[in-house]
Amino acid sequence: MIEAVLSMGGLALAAGLGLGFAAKKFHVEGNPQVDNLTALLPATNCGNCGYPGCRPYAEAIAEQGETNIGLCAPGGVEVMEKIASLLGVEPVEMEVDPGPKVAFIREEECIGCTACIKACPVDAIIGANKQSHTVVADMCTSCKACIEPCPVDCIVMVAVPTTVYSWVWNKPEVLH
Amino acid sequence: MSPSSLLFTSSPHVHGGNSIPQIMQQVILALMPATLLSVLIFGWPALLVLVITTVTAMLTEYLMVKIRRRPSPLGDMSAALTGILLALTLPPQSPWWICVVGGVFAILLGKHVYGGLGFNMFNPALISRVFLLVSFPVELTSWPQPTGLFGKHALSFSDSLSLITTGHLSSGKMMDAISAATPLGQYHVALSMGKSVHDALGGDYAFSYLSAIAGFIAGSLGETSAIALALGGIYLIRKNIISWHIPAAMFAGTLIPATLFWILDATKYPDPLFHLITGGLVMGAFFMATDLVTSPVTPLGQIIFGAGCGLLTYIIRTWGGYPEGVSFAIVIMNATVPLLDQYTHPVVYGKAKKNV
Amino acid sequence: MGIVASVLKKFHGGVHPPGRKELSEQCAIESMPMPKRLVVPFHQHLGAPSEPVVNVGDTLFKGDLLGSAGDGISAPVHAPTSGTIVAIEEHVVGHPSGLTMLCAILEPDGKDQWNPQLQGVDDPFSLEPAAVRDLVKSAGVVGLGGATFPSFVKLSPPRDKVVDLLLINAVECEPYLTCDARLMEERPLDVVEGIRIMLHALQTKECVIGIENNKPKAIAAMQNAVAREASGKDGNIRVVVLPVMYPQGSEKQLIEVVTGRQVPSKGLPIHIGVVVHNVATAVAVRDAVRFGRPLVSRIVTVTGQGITRPANIEVLIGTLADDVIAHCGGLKPGTCKVVMGGPMMGLALHQTNIPIVKGSSGILALTQDESSGKPEHSCIRCGSCVSACPIQLVPCTMAWFAKTEQFDQLINVDLFDCVECGSCAYVCPSNVPLVHYFRYGKLALQSKAREEKKRELNKQRTKLRDERLAREKEEKERKKEEMKAKMAAKKKGKGTETHGSEAVSGEESRS
Repeated sequence: MIEAVLSMGGLALAAGLGLGFAAKKFHVEGNPQVDNLTALLPATNCGNCGYPGCRPYAEAIAEQGETNIGLCAPGGVEVMEKIASLLGVEPVEMEVDPGPKVAFIREEECIGCTACIKACPVDAIIGANKQSHTVVADMCTSCKACIEPCPVDCIVMVAVPTTVYSWVWNKPEVLH
Repeated sequence: MSPSSLLFTSSPHVHGGNSIPQIMQQVILALMPATLLSVLIFGWPALLVLVITTVTAMLTEYLMVKIRRRPSPLGDMSAALTGILLALTLPPQSPWWICVVGGVFAILLGKHVYGGLGFNMFNPALISRVFLLVSFPVELTSWPQPTGLFGKHALSFSDSLSLITTGHLSSGKMMDAISAATPLGQYHVALSMGKSVHDALGGDYAFSYLSAIAGFIAGSLGETSAIALALGGIYLIRKNIISWHIPAAMFAGTLIPATLFWILDATKYPDPLFHLITGGLVMGAFFMATDLVTSPVTPLGQIIFGAGCGLLTYIIRTWGGYPEGVSFAIVIMNATVPLLDQYTHPVVYGKAKKNV
Repeated sequence: MGIVASVLKKFHGGVHPPGRKELSEQCAIESMPMPKRLVVPFHQHLGAPSEPVVNVGDTLFKGDLLGSAGDGISAPVHAPTSGTIVAIEEHVVGHPSGLTMLCAILEPDGKDQWNPQLQGVDDPFSLEPAAVRDLVKSAGVVGLGGATFPSFVKLSPPRDKVVDLLLINAVECEPYLTCDARLMEERPLDVVEGIRIMLHALQTKECVIGIENNKPKAIAAMQNAVAREASGKDGNIRVVVLPVMYPQGSEKQLIEVVTGRQVPSKGLPIHIGVVVHNVATAVAVRDAVRFGRPLVSRIVTVTGQGITRPANIEVLIGTLADDVIAHCGGLKPGTCKVVMGGPMMGLALHQTNIPIVKGSSGILALTQDESSGKPEHSCIRCGSCVSACPIQLVPCTMAWFAKTEQFDQLINVDLFDCVECGSCAYVCPSNVPLVHYFRYGKLALQSKAREEKKRELNKQRTKLRDERLAREKEEKERKKEEMKAKMAAKKKGKGTETHGSEAVSGEESRS
């Protein structure tokens, strides 16, 4: 009995030492995970996540211990889930997603300052100096980058209505 | 009409009326000739084995469904079918606890741990039989000589009850006197002793093809009457509940190698008819391998699956450690089903070579 | 040796749902009183929506244009009767979402007067095929079997393709529906004339009219008409009687039965030299070409155990289903489902105040005992769906991937080859709503692809923007350098300090 315990313990110890040694010896500098994560993110550098851009957010997740993988609003649940599967962590609850939203400029209030145009990472806002601007809804990624710079607060996020063209079948409900 | 009162669902809006209980009832119905015949051949003990096993299986199902909070406890009849199938694989005078352990194992560990009907990987009845066979080899290989329900050697109901519940007759007498060996068992023992097929099957319990086809041979309940089983199987094929692919392929898988080896050396290898009508081949081919949940859904997959079952049966019977291999063969092939299904998709309309 | 097989072939699988045609097959095609208003959606066909060309207050003749065809595959929409446009607004339509669509609301003036300028062609065979197609196109004719594919497209084969066979789909394999059968019984000569016009447009001679043998009267009528009308004339029109089997009226299956050949996956019938048109479409083509009349009405079978008086009615497009049901005596108590189209592929309606459109072949009022709707159980892998699938898919596996949201796998198991005929769900003993799973999977994949594309575009746009910003910065740097150089030169020349740096920063702040 004691022999068995000792021999198993010895084996475990040897294996543990081996693993520890290997971890030190084969440690790789740099983090390929940052590149992997950056590739998943939308690359619009909108800063909505609170980091200066997509790569900084990726670095934060991979190296600085950022645990919330659900900060990328434009990427939505889909990107969050991809990150989760890449990192092998549980998907997180993202802020309640009330369906897709896009930025909308209340044109009668717009003073035509072009501040939002400069802020938009995907050039989805058109307009010229002193002329009312408008958001091309199809191009808007709902990153909200344009809202802060607007001096008259005339940009709001509005829900994209579901139409017969964007509607999708729900998943059948199983009654159990 | 106000919007809320109309039912909205995806098409189609009509249904053919097939249902799981209906399928299960049909299979039970198809098993009836063989089941009734087995009671006629083996008498009251056989009936007791059937009843105990089936009731245990249904009780276990009821409890599991309650615990797992699923709807329609016994409505789908699948537990009853599993119980009957398991009973048919047991020796006719199995002790009561074998029946109970088998019934519980089949439903609990054979089905519900996987997630219930539809999710089990192995045929619940067979996995339970395999479990019993390796755990209680003596009880599972004690074959009484068929005595009939009413014949002069037949056991009375009270004797039978006593035999199943206590292991001896109501008079206290033991039963050794009328035990026998299955034809496959005789062959297996004789072969290992270096005797020829002819010697093996002669002797005290001389093998007769006629009685084997009719079912008057030692063996488990459902191993016996090839004709009664085949009747049920053909009924199921006619009713489109099973397809012909699996039984046909399984027979071919056993009989083709059997024929080849018999031609090569008839003294060592019994003829194909012997393989067909003894043991559980007919039972396995029509009722076990065709279990809907644990067999492939594609025609090609079914053929490969059936052929594999048949071939493994022959291999185990001829060179394996057990005299009979149908259960093992099917359980092993069950494990290949996901793979078979994945790689045997039919050629989709418009993708056949003739169109390209 | 023609393209038509000498013996009828079989397609894989299929099911035999009860026909239930006896409810309405004896009912002659009737018309109904003019409704108070018509709701005409601008998008009733496959392809791009039509563009509204009318305004509120416009007074129109019957047959006047309401919406002009969009680009590519599209069709125009016409006024179904004479009257006034009272609104152009969103109205609920027959769509699984129960959502609204832009519709023209027309108040009939009761005269039902065709635009007198509409003129037909007395001898269509003197026209160029292209002229026939143009007439069909501007009349807004679409496939009336339910798929609503614009017909002119299928009458315009690509130059490199030869049409060997015009296949007229008169199978009507959907249970309950009798509108095509009645049409053939009552207007067989018009059908044949329409077919001859189509043959002319396609520049081919061979035509097969496929009819299932549960419509003996329609078969007899068509055989007579073919013998009378087509004999001695150009073209070889034949009536082929088919055994009853669902979904034989599906284009791909009908082609396989008649020719023994399969349409390539993701291909079109024209790729094997076949063009398929619905029998009612043939009549619509005839009316368009001979009389210049656009498609403004269609025959609708109103039936089911839940309807008081089953009927076959020629209904103006835009008539509300409510009005049609009321004309047939209303719904009986116990009706639980109203379906637009057939019971196998039709659309369950959320509400009945939706307009009849070009693709509405039937209105079925189904009672509890004739419609499905039992709860789903786990799949027991019985393989019935595999045997029933006419496309030889493995429906149970597809449903599993959709259920577990393994959408990428769905493509591998050929989800997009599924025609949604419903045979699998019809035979499923576990009542798995297989078609619902497939639609869920298809739309999920499509919207995923859309989003993926959008993300890709966004990335590109961001890249372009970054490049532009970098370019602008570079430009600025260059200007700065130039300015500096100038300043330096000036400095050298004049030896005095200027406000160069301020100028630069001023420029920067303007950017």
